[in-house]
Amino acid sequence: MGKLLIRNGRVIDPASGRDRVADVLIEDSLVAAVGEGLEAGGAEIFDAAGLVVAPGFVDIHVHLREPGLEHAETIETGTRAAAAGGFTRVCAMPNTDPVNDSATVTGYILEQARRCASVKVHPIGAATQGSRGEELAPIGTLKEAGAVAISDDGQPVMNARVMRRAMEMARSFGLTIVQHCEDLNLSAGGDMHEGVESVRRGLGGIPAAAEDVMVARDLLLCELTGARYHVAHLSSKNSAAMIACAKSRGLPVTCEVTPHHIALTDADSIPYDSNYKMKPPLRSAADVEALIDAVAAGVVDAIATDHAPHTGYQKMQEFDRCPFGIIGLETALAVALDRLVHSGRISLLRLVELFTVGPARVFGLDCGRLAPGAAADITIFDPELEWTYDVNQSLSKSKNSPFHGRRFRGGPVATLVDGRIVWRRQQP
Amino acid sequence: MPAGLLGIEDLTREEIEAILARAKDFQAPPGRPFQRLDRLRGKTVVNLFFEPSTRTRTSFEIAAKRLGADAVTITAAGSSLSKGESLVDTLNTLAAMRPDAIVMRHASSGAPHFLARHLDIPIINAGDGTHEHPTQALLDARTILDRKPALEGLRVAIIGDIIHSRVARSNIFLLSKFGAEIILCGPAPLVPPQLAAIAPGVAIEYDMRKALRGADVIMMLRVQLERQHETAFPRSEYFSFYGLTLDHFELAKPDVFVMHPGPINRGREISSEVADSQRSAILNQVENGVAVRMAVLERILG
Repeated sequence: MGKLLIRNGRVIDPASGRDRVADVLIEDSLVAAVGEGLEAGGAEIFDAAGLVVAPGFVDIHVHLREPGLEHAETIETGTRAAAAGGFTRVCAMPNTDPVNDSATVTGYILEQARRCASVKVHPIGAATQGSRGEELAPIGTLKEAGAVAISDDGQPVMNARVMRRAMEMARSFGLTIVQHCEDLNLSAGGDMHEGVESVRRGLGGIPAAAEDVMVARDLLLCELTGARYHVAHLSSKNSAAMIACAKSRGLPVTCEVTPHHIALTDADSIPYDSNYKMKPPLRSAADVEALIDAVAAGVVDAIATDHAPHTGYQKMQEFDRCPFGIIGLETALAVALDRLVHSGRISLLRLVELFTVGPARVFGLDCGRLAPGAAADITIFDPELEWTYDVNQSLSKSKNSPFHGRRFRGGPVATLVDGRIVWRRQQP
Repeated sequence: MPAGLLGIEDLTREEIEAILARAKDFQAPPGRPFQRLDRLRGKTVVNLFFEPSTRTRTSFEIAAKRLGADAVTITAAGSSLSKGESLVDTLNTLAAMRPDAIVMRHASSGAPHFLARHLDIPIINAGDGTHEHPTQALLDARTILDRKPALEGLRVAIIGDIIHSRVARSNIFLLSKFGAEIILCGPAPLVPPQLAAIAPGVAIEYDMRKALRGADVIMMLRVQLERQHETAFPRSEYFSFYGLTLDHFELAKPDVFVMHPGPINRGREISSEVADSQRSAILNQVENGVAVRMAVLERILG
């Protein structure tokens, strides 16, 4: 493999605290050097003047839908969308068909990824068999097969005893357990956040308490078991406060927020438009503010997309029949820049941390740094780029996004995996 | 008014007043047969009912026919929806036959709003899930105005399962636009506090006797057990706390009258004596249903 010199970019590497203009030399799929005025020495040149050069972004929460749900997304299309969003590595949730609760499915995902993925793929194994919340999945076997975490995402583990056992197993194998926090009894029949808007629209509500009740329970179980526990797609003010408290007490707790939960409120959603229907639902303005505060205060460890593709016909139904979930890989950086950086709440360095070492630490992945010897997984983005998101041009197989037509300031420019450019923005 | 009629919330006070005034013209003269008109001759209205309905469906059909339009009624049991066709495909199929409007009732809140974004045919909402039932609120307003000079300043108590009631929502939106005072009352799980914020002039009261104090109009609602995931309130004590009986009238204004969108459940939310009393306006509501729907159809198709 040849050499590539990324020249004059603003190199931001949160792991080392570096944030200054420098060159990055890539040789044989690895970062060979980072410094000022590096010799090209025959390397191909990538002019990154005015751009940010960051470690490759890591998304620890995506749904690639393969195996079994290929009508909505495949590993090939989902990872192409990931590359277009600046992600070099994604972690695939196990709610496929069949559920990834076996070494066979984990192995299949890894094999498909080797064949056709644009970026690196890490499977997440199920916590319980079939994610039914009853019998534990073979957690050790899943790890040996390549799973990087366990979760029944989408199917919260309702039984506290089962959750306790899963945590104990996860801990013993050094895996993080991820929970989609939703008390199913409290959320039953709900299609959006419970508040004035749900009442006005005549839709069933999902109270924020449905999340809070499970977060509270799980934090106690985390203390009981000592497991590394991660709250997926945090959406509520009270849950953020409880997690902050648990962290201050030293519990091994982490959490993520999605771009949409810090960008949109229930009142922003277009009534009965399923591009605004997801779990957890878009919450109140007070919740959104609290999430942004939690990001700024360092309580939130990662931004993750919960990229959840559904085909057009699934989303073209009566609102209460539509499945939950939206795509998000291609808009994540732009939305996060808008809500967190351009608004002055956090630095660009902190933002990059939330996309790189932050999520890497949650699962203990060896990535997210830009230093000599590391794999040359690199995200190059322009924090000022003016562009408009056209979901019909999405590389995802599904087009369910609330951000269609939105004008953005800032977005990815190029994505490198193992030193190879896997995606580059078309010049307008 | 937009192309169809999706809800009261989107209408202005002036638009509502125009419909109510026109509906008065269409009220049948007492004791004489109704004169069939030909204002909508050559127009076709499709009534598409995905939920069972007697009153509303018949009333829309009669309204269309009295105006000289052709009305075709399709109900869920015999429709392609029961064969697994999606709602959008069903509507596209019907739209291809070029009717002039579709009157639609559906169990999902927002179903007509969703379709209106994808079809360019006027859609008249005949009840969507637990959201709105605009023609019911219009006929209720017509019924009140047949007995009162204005809606402004009236104290209207709405009693029962508010959260699941599309009739209540449409009435709240309408009465609020005219400056009425609206008191909502029922078991707490069926009357969540957020209801007070959906429109100006709405208050919540869990004590029925307080809710009825000084009321000009009492609107009773049916408990919609079919729309509840679980029984959200103790059913056995419902009537003793929220059922309307004759002695409640002492609390209200002397000329108070009772409305109910039907179907009524005697002994569950309303006593038989009240339902049959002089103070019941229930049959006037039904009668006004035809007149109001004529006004709506004429406005959209005329």
